[in-house]
Amino acid sequence: MESLDSVIILFSGDSGDGMQLTGTQFSNTSAMMGNDISTFPDYPSEIRAPSGTVFGVSGFQVNIGAEEIFTPGDQPDVLVAMNPAALKAKLPSLKKNATIILDDDAFDRVSMKKAGYKVFTVGELDELLEYKVIHAQITSQTEKALENLDLSTKQKRRCKNFYALGLCYFVFSRSRDSTKKWIKEKFKDNPVLLEANILALDTGYHFGETIEASISTYRIDEAKIAKGTYRQVNGNTGVAWGLMQAAQASGLDLFVGSYPITPATDILQELAKHQRFGVKAFQAEDEIAGICSAIGASFGGALAATTTSGPGFALKSEALNLAVMLELPLVVVNVQRGGPSTGLPTKTEQSDLLQVLYGRNGESPLIVVAASRPNDAFEMAFEAAKLTLEHMTPVVLLTDGYIANGSEPWLIPDLTTRFDHINNRLADKISKEFYAPYARDIDLVRSWAVPGMADKQHRIGGLEKDFITGNVSYDPENHQKMVKVRAEKVEKVKAAIPLQTLEGEEEGELLVLSWGGTYGAVHSAVAELQQRGMDISLAHLKYLNPFPRNLEEILKKFKKIIIPELNNGQLLQVINAKFQCGAKGYNKIQGQPFKINELVEVFENELNVKAHATT
Amino acid sequence: MPQLKKQYTAKDFDTDQPSRWCPGCGDTAILASVKNVLANSGKNKEDIAFISGIGCSSRFPYYVDTYGMHSIHGRAVAIASGLKLHNPGISVWVITGDGDGLAIGGNHFIHALRRNMDLNILIFNNEIYGLTKGQYSPTTKMGQKTATSPYGTIEEPFVPSRLALGAGATFFARSSASDLKHLQKTLTRAEAHKGTSVVEIYQNCVIFNDQAFDEFLGREHRDDNTIKLEHGERLIFGKNEKKVVVNQKGTFQIVDEESADPSEVVIHDEKDINLAFMLAQMEEVKPLGVFYATERPGYAEQMHHQIEAAKNGEGKISMQDLLHTGETWTVD
Repeated sequence: MESLDSVIILFSGDSGDGMQLTGTQFSNTSAMMGNDISTFPDYPSEIRAPSGTVFGVSGFQVNIGAEEIFTPGDQPDVLVAMNPAALKAKLPSLKKNATIILDDDAFDRVSMKKAGYKVFTVGELDELLEYKVIHAQITSQTEKALENLDLSTKQKRRCKNFYALGLCYFVFSRSRDSTKKWIKEKFKDNPVLLEANILALDTGYHFGETIEASISTYRIDEAKIAKGTYRQVNGNTGVAWGLMQAAQASGLDLFVGSYPITPATDILQELAKHQRFGVKAFQAEDEIAGICSAIGASFGGALAATTTSGPGFALKSEALNLAVMLELPLVVVNVQRGGPSTGLPTKTEQSDLLQVLYGRNGESPLIVVAASRPNDAFEMAFEAAKLTLEHMTPVVLLTDGYIANGSEPWLIPDLTTRFDHINNRLADKISKEFYAPYARDIDLVRSWAVPGMADKQHRIGGLEKDFITGNVSYDPENHQKMVKVRAEKVEKVKAAIPLQTLEGEEEGELLVLSWGGTYGAVHSAVAELQQRGMDISLAHLKYLNPFPRNLEEILKKFKKIIIPELNNGQLLQVINAKFQCGAKGYNKIQGQPFKINELVEVFENELNVKAHATT
Repeated sequence: MPQLKKQYTAKDFDTDQPSRWCPGCGDTAILASVKNVLANSGKNKEDIAFISGIGCSSRFPYYVDTYGMHSIHGRAVAIASGLKLHNPGISVWVITGDGDGLAIGGNHFIHALRRNMDLNILIFNNEIYGLTKGQYSPTTKMGQKTATSPYGTIEEPFVPSRLALGAGATFFARSSASDLKHLQKTLTRAEAHKGTSVVEIYQNCVIFNDQAFDEFLGREHRDDNTIKLEHGERLIFGKNEKKVVVNQKGTFQIVDEESADPSEVVIHDEKDINLAFMLAQMEEVKPLGVFYATERPGYAEQMHHQIEAAKNGEGKISMQDLLHTGETWTVD
């Protein structure tokens, strides 16, 4: 048995083959055995794409390690391909000498042709010669194992993903216990399917034992990670729970008005489950009604949020501007996807930064924060809610498809010591003092009187208002003053957010400046180069408006700055316009996350350019 | 702690903001009626909110001393829905117009009715865009010449009653800004109704669409061309009450009272949806008053019940418990 530090496994098959489930089970088991993990599902936007086609292939990549893991990994070491289309689609991404597990039963003449192969049998595929291939008869062996069960052939075949999982468990020395526990819970009302899936899992495992002599098996030791209790979490669930915790910490009810949109829908779905926490999850008739209902709830005194993705955010922009003008608290979550227009709904991108910063009429600044990885989503959703409630201005939280659907182990925080308190700006109910809706405190924040509070009735609206009375005002000087005040209020948030942290030396040759969901890959690449003794540091931004107050100082201390982004250079534009620091971009716009090796190469080249220039 | 109900007069609802409506605008009369209704509603000022969109009528909230929001074009109903869902104890009014409510805000309007959101929606219908100076609206008469239809409009107008009833309204009434007694009576009914109340108010725009309703509301014609609906009463109208509506094989006919077969004369029944649709179809003579009023569970109360049931039935857990649900593992 060979011992590995980490291994990347890619499960692939038709959309209906259950690959997402198989991958999730494999990663859960690995996490519970003490490995660090990171996962990324990659599936087509069609719910059930035509079977056997290359574009209908659904994949689930998992990276498991005996060391800390930051991304789902670059090139898979192992590919599980349930049909020829999966092999065709995923083979180019594999590492040299990778292991491939094939369901030979699926490689019939018709399927081979459908996948675009010119040959008719799996034996004729010359490209497989460079890999270690494990041939299995997954479909027929599963059917055979289940022959005595009262199930249709179709039902029996649907158990084949557990056969494949069982085989993988053997190859990677995994325990079957947690998956068996899951099957028993999932199929507790259907004893036949329960038995069938366990039988398929065991049969796959036993097949591994039978062929052990002819294949390699692996062990991945427990990772050395911080003590505590962990669970897996994906970004969308993290956002939902972060908002719920913010409601508890601020003593307010949570209201979320949203409309289904990929890849943000899971947040609404998760929140809809939690009525016993008093969560009001309202599926509105459109994106605009989603944000407007949230604004109405906020006017009424709720912690209000709306969740969406790029196209939905565009629809919400007029209403978001109203919230800016009203100076009401509101969290808008934008789970970014490939754009423009409908773009690439199921793929990841960071291309809404400029829309979020500037996509509204008039001068309309608001607070923008971004989560850096799936297990950071809880914290940043909480932070977004905290900032909006404490500063009475809308906050946009940016995540992306990668964070939303990717999952990682999460050290469950102790909520009695962290995330336990938010000051809201609700007006004093008892006070008989005259209430002026737009009277401000030292941070320029107004107080929040809500319907039901006696003697504080007031009218607010989208028209410009007088600085003193809050009444409608068309006065030219007043308008200029109000525009400046709203901007200054957002700038003052600088004092409330943490200083920007640096990974590496505080000054030097090359600073990598990144933001949002690229953290894992960027961190890993920078860490690798630092280990090789290179002069490179990383500043990863989670606060995008305002920027941390020490950012300019950091930027000044490096000779060169490179900004890697999954867009055409959006943070780059903002940074160069604001600080004139001559930063350079590295931009990938393929709907896919960065690979570590790709960034290592880019950063290394950037460092070498200097070497050439000085010699 | 039960709060004392305060006693008000209409004047108590005045604000310090001067009205910016044109002299002679019907909106001023509607404002006066609404204040009277509020004063008699038994609700405290702080428990009332007015939400409006954009348009002449949408300035309304600035002139009523309750909570209020002058929001963005077409979205008042959506904003009001969120407020009501968060705090069902607030009496929420929506002030909108034929453009704001039925054009740009049409989608929110029909969905609020489907959900039976407990809102009082007042549609100030003047069959024109006033604030933008005279373009045709979704209720402008077919063929009418306006700033954007110099050759006459070529689209069928919406009939708000048909639209509302078709979308599942539990309360629909029509009144006018020129008959304050009737308006106040109608608004009182709307205020008391549980569920979405829609009141279409014929409101004359003196600048851009003057005399749009003269055929029905003008001193000369109103008795002959409108019917005041009263639950349980005959549909009788005309100078000296000489005409009745009869139902002949499923269609309404207007005949002289004297020659009518008494068994065919239509008796108004607010609970009868088919009758309400037939009233909505009437074009030459316009019914005024409550077309339809029924009760069914509303969204806000059902949401409240679901949440209460979940809190009691599923048992209380903490956020910390939630974070530990599912599979967890401990690293020592």
